[in-house]
Amino acid sequence: MRKYLAQRLLIAIPTIFGVSVLIFIAMRVLPGDPLSAISGEGGGTYVLSPEQLQAARKSLGLDRPYVVQYLDWVRDVLRGDLGKSFWRGEPIREVIIRRAPITGQIALMAVILSWVIGLPVGLVGALWRNSWTDYAFRFVVTLFMAVPSFWVALMIVLSLVLTITWRPPLTIAYLWDDPVRNLQMTAGPALALGVALAAMMARITRSSVLEVLGEDYVRTARAKGLRERIVVWRHALVNAMLPILTVTGTALGALLGGSVAVERAFGVPGLGLALVFAVAERDWMLIQNLVLLYGVIFILVNLVVDVSYGWFDPRIRYQ
Amino acid sequence: MLLLLLASVAVMAEWLAPHNPLTANYAVTRDPPFGRHVLGTDHLGRDVLSRIIFGARVTLLVAISSVLLGDTIGFLWGVSSGYLGGRTDLISQRVLDVLMSLPALILALLLMAALGAGLSTVIIAIAVTRVPLSTRVVRSMVLSVKELAYVEAAGALGASGARVMTRHVAPQCVAPFLIITTGHLGAAIFIEAALSFVGVGVPPPTPSWGNMLGGVLAEAFKPPWWMVVFPGTAITVTILAVNLFGDALRDFLDPKLK
Repeated sequence: MRKYLAQRLLIAIPTIFGVSVLIFIAMRVLPGDPLSAISGEGGGTYVLSPEQLQAARKSLGLDRPYVVQYLDWVRDVLRGDLGKSFWRGEPIREVIIRRAPITGQIALMAVILSWVIGLPVGLVGALWRNSWTDYAFRFVVTLFMAVPSFWVALMIVLSLVLTITWRPPLTIAYLWDDPVRNLQMTAGPALALGVALAAMMARITRSSVLEVLGEDYVRTARAKGLRERIVVWRHALVNAMLPILTVTGTALGALLGGSVAVERAFGVPGLGLALVFAVAERDWMLIQNLVLLYGVIFILVNLVVDVSYGWFDPRIRYQ
Repeated sequence: MLLLLLASVAVMAEWLAPHNPLTANYAVTRDPPFGRHVLGTDHLGRDVLSRIIFGARVTLLVAISSVLLGDTIGFLWGVSSGYLGGRTDLISQRVLDVLMSLPALILALLLMAALGAGLSTVIIAIAVTRVPLSTRVVRSMVLSVKELAYVEAAGALGASGARVMTRHVAPQCVAPFLIITTGHLGAAIFIEAALSFVGVGVPPPTPSWGNMLGGVLAEAFKPPWWMVVFPGTAITVTILAVNLFGDALRDFLDPKLK
């Protein structure tokens, strides 16, 4: 197990560095540097003379070779110095510390919701295969796989505003400070993200349980005369959990991405909203470090999924 | 069926749309639906129905061209990486790892920040997010086909590497490739809508279902519901149609998978 863990970590670390290179190339090398992007836009608001541009570049260290700039950035990040927002001068570390709990909480609530709804729906569909319930569930699942989460979010906001002229709070409230306001703020986004995820989860659960139910050992268990309930819970569901677990990992990627648009729809002050505004304002340091953060989180989550996979299924560990 | 209908709507937008999607009419801003305008007008008095009809064109254009671009690259990459093997394969796998370790929408956002908003940049950004997935599928297919006796036989008969690859290995990968390509259409439509919704995708005034929804964000006090309900329904129905088509294609090409 330890060897397996080390092996996984060994792959994850270079990947994180690869992501940082990708981000760096995208932000600084591709279209010219961030300053020319900023000064070229805005209809002449930020027009700089060539000399001013040069001076500004110099003060930001953008005139140095790319390799030096890159190493500089990596060194700062490793030291925990994430730089400042270009427009507001606010330390990015504080932006993340302030906003991350909100986004994290929303994501966690959405995952829990998707399990609570998705697993039973998928299980029932698999056990009562081709019944009317199964057909109805499959119809709903197919429908919800197609509904964009940010539209659900907009519809929730819209119905709240139009019916009870109330909308979820827009200022940060943490669960530990003000649970009521916090839940008012996070419940909507979690619901919008959770239903889409639940549909995915139900679909995977159904197919994975169906596959396991066709296995020899399930037939053996039944032939031994075990009660159906024990066959399903002890033999089928436990083994069907593996694909479900993997999907939770990859789904988290979709969730992190989707939360950006959902947070925009609700106006929830999480990381996603910060990223949207950073992109709109071309706040390059903020974009770089936020995207890096998303990458690191996603890689770590998949690492945890991989490792727990090896924990549940020794066959994978020894490969 | 539904897909054909959508495609024809997109192609015949000029004849179908009752109004010009870009003409603002300040006399009838936020006009409720089922009156003077079938689906109402937006905050600039533009006809929502016409914008949805023209939006279909943008959506399908972006989805189809980005998936074609991304998955073609993925196909070529997957075939060559899988067939060559060795160090080339190892390096290209690590590159794909990197591309896959950012959530698709985040990667697309990053690329949009780098390339700037625009129709062609949206297509490129979405295409890049599709490459790693199709490469993986094609590569694993190549790896399993490569070991089969008939490929070995072709090599033994003196066929060159390139010939074996194009004539014997690549065709076997077409079926799974088509399945994954249609699967990608739905994701591409979602990403385009989400990007345009947050304001970094297809730039206004070009109508896209995503930026139509984004327009509502400015209406904090009494958002006109028709500006939310109709474009969103259009996105959902389209993704649904594409997904159903993909499922049908999969059942047709690969009955075992059912």
